[in-house]
Amino acid sequence: MKIINEMKLSFPSKSCNEAFARAAVTAFVMNLDPTVEELSDLKTAVSEAVTNCIVHGYRHGSGTIFITAKITEANKVTVKIRDKGCGIENVNQAMQPLFTTAPEEERAGLGFAVMQSFCDSVKVSSKPQKGTTVTLEKYIAV
Amino acid sequence: MLKTDYRDNVLTAYIDGEIDHDAAARLRTTIDGAAQSLKPRLLCLDFGSVRFMDSSGVGLVMGRYRQMKLIGGRLRVVNVPDSIYRIFAMSGLESLGVLR
Repeated sequence: MKIINEMKLSFPSKSCNEAFARAAVTAFVMNLDPTVEELSDLKTAVSEAVTNCIVHGYRHGSGTIFITAKITEANKVTVKIRDKGCGIENVNQAMQPLFTTAPEEERAGLGFAVMQSFCDSVKVSSKPQKGTTVTLEKYIAV
Repeated sequence: MLKTDYRDNVLTAYIDGEIDHDAAARLRTTIDGAAQSLKPRLLCLDFGSVRFMDSSGVGLVMGRYRQMKLIGGRLRVVNVPDSIYRIFAMSGLESLGVLR
């Protein structure tokens, strides 16, 4: 599929970078003229994925978060959010709404449910001790 | 990011801007500090000026609900913009009866 535009970002897993990451991805898709709702959906999904990298992937320390985003035909936006953290033992369980391993940090366990609700597709690949990649796909109406 | 007002046993926290994991941690500290010292009958979280929220906002509300129960008070969440109400609806928070 023909790539119309693409970008790459990497930044340290500091919580102050959550706002930077979602703002950067939304700025990247602005020339597709998204609706306020489409933009808000993508922004929220990216925020959830980046927060997961910080709270879960790098919970034992800090590391680098990598984001790649591309726009392909039919206004399809694909955003990959990757960490090299501790990985997820059981991806299916992690994706269950309200499942959380961090209740003491007041995590609601809704991250993946929000991503799934706000995007057209969410894929998760993870290996324990290697890291996790979340791939979000969203079509912006033409 | 946050203004608080206390009168007639009601502590109101006017939250402004974006609520994510980073902001929620700061909001939690400030709101809990005020609630612990004032011991209000009602904590009112006003979301009228919140422009963005991810699921960290759900954790913030659930956590304050538990905190208020511990000190014998109640929680109310008001002026939630439509754009962020969806996340509250997904969370099952509506069943707590705190959303207005």
